[in-house]
This record gives sequence, C-alpha cells and structure tokens, in this order.
Amino acid sequence: MTEPTTTSGPRPPAASRKDRRRHQANRIVDGTTGWKLMLLKIIVLSILCATAVYAALVLFINDRWLIGSLVVVGAAALTWIYLQRGALPAKYLAPGLVFLLIFQIFVVLYSGYVAFTNYGTGHNSTKDHAVQAIMLQTQDRVPDSPTYPLTVTESDGEIYFALINDNGEVLIGAEEQPLEPAEGAVVDNGTITAIEGHHVLSFADLLNRQQEITNLAVPLEEDLNAGYLRTQDGQRAYLYTSRYVYDENADTLTNSATGTVYRDTGEGAFIAEDGEKLMPGWRVNVGFDNFLRAVTEDSIRGPLIYVTLWTFAFALLSVATTFILGLFLAIVFNDRRMVSRKYYRLVMILPYAFPGFLSALVWAGMMNQEFGFINNVLFGGAAIPWLTDPWLAKLSILIVNLWLGFPYMFLVCTGALQSIPDELTEAAQMDGAKPFQAFRMIKLPLLLTAIAPLLISSFAFNFNNFNLIYMLTGGGPRDVSAGVNVGSTDILISMVYKVAFVGARADYGLASAFSILIFIIVGTISVMAFRKTKALEELN
Amino acid sequence: MAETLTHHRRPFRRWFRETGWRHLVGAAVVLFSVFPLIYVLSASLNPAGTLITANRLFATVSLDSYIDLFNRPQQPYAAWFLNTLVIGLSASAGSVLLGALAAYAFSRMRFTGRRVGLITLVLVQMFPQLLAMVAIFLLMLGIGEIFPAIGLNSQAGLVMVYLGGALGVNTYLMYGFFNTVPQSIDEAARIDGAGHARIFFTIILPLVSPILAVVALLSLVGTLSEFVIASVLLRDPQKQTLAVGLYQFISQETSQNWSVFAAGAVLAAIIPVALFLLLQRYIVSGLVAGSVK
Repeated sequence: MTEPTTTSGPRPPAASRKDRRRHQANRIVDGTTGWKLMLLKIIVLSILCATAVYAALVLFINDRWLIGSLVVVGAAALTWIYLQRGALPAKYLAPGLVFLLIFQIFVVLYSGYVAFTNYGTGHNSTKDHAVQAIMLQTQDRVPDSPTYPLTVTESDGEIYFALINDNGEVLIGAEEQPLEPAEGAVVDNGTITAIEGHHVLSFADLLNRQQEITNLAVPLEEDLNAGYLRTQDGQRAYLYTSRYVYDENADTLTNSATGTVYRDTGEGAFIAEDGEKLMPGWRVNVGFDNFLRAVTEDSIRGPLIYVTLWTFAFALLSVATTFILGLFLAIVFNDRRMVSRKYYRLVMILPYAFPGFLSALVWAGMMNQEFGFINNVLFGGAAIPWLTDPWLAKLSILIVNLWLGFPYMFLVCTGALQSIPDELTEAAQMDGAKPFQAFRMIKLPLLLTAIAPLLISSFAFNFNNFNLIYMLTGGGPRDVSAGVNVGSTDILISMVYKVAFVGARADYGLASAFSILIFIIVGTISVMAFRKTKALEELN
Repeated sequence: MAETLTHHRRPFRRWFRETGWRHLVGAAVVLFSVFPLIYVLSASLNPAGTLITANRLFATVSLDSYIDLFNRPQQPYAAWFLNTLVIGLSASAGSVLLGALAAYAFSRMRFTGRRVGLITLVLVQMFPQLLAMVAIFLLMLGIGEIFPAIGLNSQAGLVMVYLGGALGVNTYLMYGFFNTVPQSIDEAARIDGAGHARIFFTIILPLVSPILAVVALLSLVGTLSEFVIASVLLRDPQKQTLAVGLYQFISQETSQNWSVFAAGAVLAAIIPVALFLLLQRYIVSGLVAGSVK
C-alpha cells in the first residue's frame, strides 16, 4: 500500500455546491500552509547543510577524512530525503534515526571496539604522543647550555617562545611546534618587540601565566633528541635534553645514563629486557586480552562471578518483592466499599514520584550506622551496620528498592485487576469456589498474562539499576581482595562505571569488555523472554 | 443497594471484616511510604543540622538551610537547578517530537522494513544507553577535541546523547496509542484536502495528547534523575545537573551539612512530585495501557 502524498484527495462524487466551496477553501488554506512548510523546510535544510559543510571542513583540516566524509554523506542523504516527493516514512523516521544511529547503535559497536584495546589511564593516546610525553617528563638541563635571551608571545591563547639565533634570524616555536623562522618580526636593538599575529607578553602577563610558561618546553628541532628550550623567568631560556634518546629507525628508547634499551614489543609501551615499562604507553589493539583477563585472572574472575550472581539475584528479588507487595495492596484496595481508597493511592504514588536518586541518598542517611535515624531512633541507639555489612547491605538495598518500586506495581496491578470482569469471579463462586480459590485459579492467571511484559521490563530495569546501588552503598562494602574496584553490593553496571571512571586508574578497555558481557546477558534474556511471551509475533 | 444504605449502622465487627482491616493495611503502607519524605522535610527545616540532629523530627523549624543552599560558591545549587530544567525540558520535548514522528510513521504507513524496524525498536529498548557509557564518553571526548561546543563538558552534547535514547524508549509506547486513533479520521481529513504534515500536527497530535503528556513527563523525570551519563560528560561544577551535583555534595561533605542537602533534595523534588500528582490520571492510564492492551 502506498500513501498518497499530494495534498488533493479524490473528489467526492456527489458533492453539493456548499461542500465543493468548503473543499476549495480548504485547499487554499492548505496551499498557504504548504507554502509556509516549504519555506520552513528550505530554511531548516539550508542550516543543516551549512552546519554539515562547516563540520566537514573542520574535520578535513584535522585529517579526520572518514568522519568528515560520513558527515557529508549523511547531510546529502537527509537533503535528498526531504527534497523529493514521496519517501514519507523516511521523512518521519529520519530525525529520530539519526540520533539513534549515532548515540545508541554506533556507541554499542564502539564499545565492542574499545573492549579489544588497552585504552585507559597510561594508554590514552598515540605512540608519537607517548614518546613526546616520556621525553618531556624526563628532562635535565644540559650542564654547559648557552643562555638564550627569550621573548614570550601569545597567539590564540597558546604560548610561544621567540628568540634570535646567531645569524640574526628570529625563530619561534610552541609546545608541539619546533622552532622555525618567524614571519613579520620586528627587532629593535637586539630584542624582539613585535611578531605578526602574536601578542608579546609584558612582565605582568608573564607573572600571570607563570606556571604555564615554566611548564612549557619547546622542541629545538623536528628530531626530539636535539633537546628543548625551557625557561624559569620568561627572559632567559636554557637547553634541556631528555634522559632518553629515541631511535626512530630501531624504534627504541635508550636511557643515556644507564644504557638500558626499551623496545616496543607490541603491548602499547616501551619495555626493557627485564620487563620494566616506560609510562605513558599508547593505545593498541590487544585482541581478547581484556576478556581473557576477566576469566583467567583470579582477582578479576572471582569478583566478576560474584557480581554477576548478585546482579541476577538483585533483579529477580526486586521484581518479586515489589510485585508481591504491589499485588497484595492492589487486592486490598480493590474494593468498591472502600470510599477512601483514592487517598491511599495518592499517598502511595509519592515514593514513585520522588526522584529515585534522591530517595536513595536520603535512605543512605537514614541507614547510617552511627548517626542514622533507623539505628538511633527506631532501634534505640543500636549500631546495626545496615550499609557496611556485606549481607545487611544487600538486604538494605532490597528494602529501599521495595520502597521505590511497589507503587508502580500497585498501580499496574490495580489497572489489570479492574480490567478483569467481576463476572468471572462471581461465576466461579457460583460453582462453589472459595474466594481465594477463585482468585488463584481465575484472576491470577489472567493478571499474570497481562502483566508479564511489564515484569520483564521491570527485571531489565533493575538489572541495570545503577542509581539505587551507587547512591545507597556505592557498591560497597569494598572487597579488598579484588583486583578491581568492586564491593559486595555492586551490580555489573556499577562495576563498569567504577572500573572506567572512579579512582585513579581508568581502564576503558576492561570496562568495555564488561559492558559487552552485559550486552550478551541482556540480549540472551530478552530473546528468551520474547520467545516465551510471543510479544514480537503480535507486532504488525 | 441495601448494604450501602445501612453503611453507618454496620456493626463494628462486620465493618472491620469488610473494610476496616483494609484501613489498617493502608495506615501501615502510608507510614512506610511517607516516612522518608517527612524525615527529609524535617531535616531540611533544621537549621545547620547534621545527620544526628536530623533525628529529632521538627525539633526546630527555620528556612536557614534553604538560604544557605544558595550561598555556596563551591556548590552552585541555583546553576544545577537551572541546568537540570533546561536539559530536562529540551531532552523531553525533543524525545516527544522524535518519538511521535516515528510512531506516526509506524502506525499509519506501510513500507518495507516496517516490521523489522518495530522489532528492532522493541529490542533496542532492552539495552539502555548507559550500558555504552564508556563508548559515549570516548565519543564525546573525540567530538570535543574538534567541536568543543557539543563535546565533553557541554550540555548541548548531553541533550544530543539523551535524544539518541529517545526513539528506543518511547516509540513503542506511543505506537500503541497511535493505533487506537481510528484511521478513518486521517482519511476524512485527507479527503478534505489536508496534507500529511497537516494531518499529523493539527489532527493526530491533539488526539494523542494523553500519551504525549505521559512520555514527556516520564522522559523529563528520567532525565532529572539520570546520573551516569551526566556525571561522565559534565565535568565543570557550573554545568552539572542536580543529580551529579547533589551526589558529589553529599559524598564530599558526608553528614555535616545534612540539612543543606535535605533542603536541596526537597527543592529538587518539588517539580517532579507536583507533575506526578497533577498528571496522575494520565500516568496511571499510560502505565495501564502499557500493561493491558
């Protein structure tokens, strides 16, 4: 079936004059809105194309050819979709799809890529950057260094060093820009007073940006082994060389003091014979290393199994407890004789309405061992370690999640119960069933079929219920024997977060490998769940 | 019915057996539900209170903590609040628009790949964006190197990331509701000469406004509480949202400034709670529509 895309429909065969006039009026009105829409369309598309061209140019300048081309192709595809007649579904789907493709589909694939690298603290960048960084970190002043009278300038926020060489030429350089002849320099009485496109820093400027200037090292030549210019006062610079000498052909770094040779052995760092690593390293593909580490290293495998089991237990118990309480309350309040039930419902919706992360933080305060309300008031000063004992912390999480989740189950069960006709129960009772029997044999199965998809999505939600875990216990108490930063209430998703973003050492590669693991688990469960409920077959 | 007429003359035992015990359950549930909220309200009204002084409910009442909350240069609460609103409203409005456009296409048009598309959306729903948080962080880091305005530490970038999750989460819910609007309405409009855009914006959208309200609200509340991606992307305290800011506040200051935190929590909760109570009817119907088709 194709959709008519023109604005005129088939004319009704026996239209009266009045009808025809109205029809005509509508067409005129529609014609004007069509004109406005067209204008809007052209404006939006021009903005889109202009942005895309700009973005592509910037990307090409930065040598990102692949992404730049993708931007061009994407923008062209969008323009093509909206400028042609027809292709209606594409016109309606495209805006959402663009975001979905980049920020949901692409990032999943990208996770897959990162999981096969050693990306993380110490392995953030390319090899060139690593060599540069190592040589910068290990500099000593050359003992008999000549003194270079220095002028410090600034252009676009970046600091430059300028000096006059023996031939009277003005040279200028910056952090990643070795010294080169400067254009448009004005030299007055042996000092540089102006350079085209630069602002020569005054003494006050020097003081203001002192730290930046003393940290700067400008390479003398393209070959980093030639050394760097550094300054302490912004007026005189000295030659510094690195303790390490980089041999580009052999691809080695040699410590000039001890003579130790460090080689690139393909592990993303320079490594000496005795296994000593020079940091920082760089990003390389490590194949299945992250996955292998997860299953072979005891200090990771143990916590991983433990966390996976707890994730399942937590998600299942959360669904079970909230559902049972919600269903129980729905049955209790599903009685027409109870006039005040809507007030109860109003109050019960409050925990659901209160933002979840705040609830968890408030509960964390109430469950504090020393000062919390629960220990101090309800338990009369007891010191129950609600959040710091491995098992009690798990129980606390389930209690708080019960508080957070039962209103939803209550609302949903009430709705489902009310949609089941009372006649069914009445008929069963006529046949001699006791009220509970009638409920269990007739209403409960109906209710479960109606609610099953919601129970599945509730399970999926709790499987990744990061906020509750992280805000209530932070995943703690910490498991000190583990090789990664995990605790006894961590679920998989909070473990990913902690491995990647919490603490001094970030390991994006390992965290992504864990993410991939979650993807596989969630995917398997969904496939099984959808098979069972046949939810997908109903789609048409 | 005779029973309702004699309602007040029911003997106590019978009343208790029929509805009275339900009120007992109700009272217990009300206590369980409301207690933490009363506690946080009381804590917020306790001037300069710590965790331990907060245990004496409503011992002292003053608004000092609320004033203190807005005078902390290290924790710019006003900025967090505003950021959260701006980010939440833009992400929510964007999600509703993108979701409605897609739901309209799936509900009203027949095209190749439609069934596959629907199934994909249902499956994508099972994989929340935060699973890919590392990749999102690295992607935004890369974008930020070239386009700082939409990269790491940019709110516009964060909204874009949220919009990426919009289609997966909302379209299916909306699709179901769009299907309940009879096709004959579109056809009548088309016969009267309305184009597809006109039918969508002026006829269909008003008819499906209940589901739009539900999706807008759920996505707003979801964004307000979203912590993972916001905390990973927004580094500068001035740019952070309430979830990130308040979490860092309470984890740095622990129990010392409990009442200031409580004041922040109460203010942060006012908008979502008010919206929930106002739109209660819509939300409940939306939830139930999802459960009982």
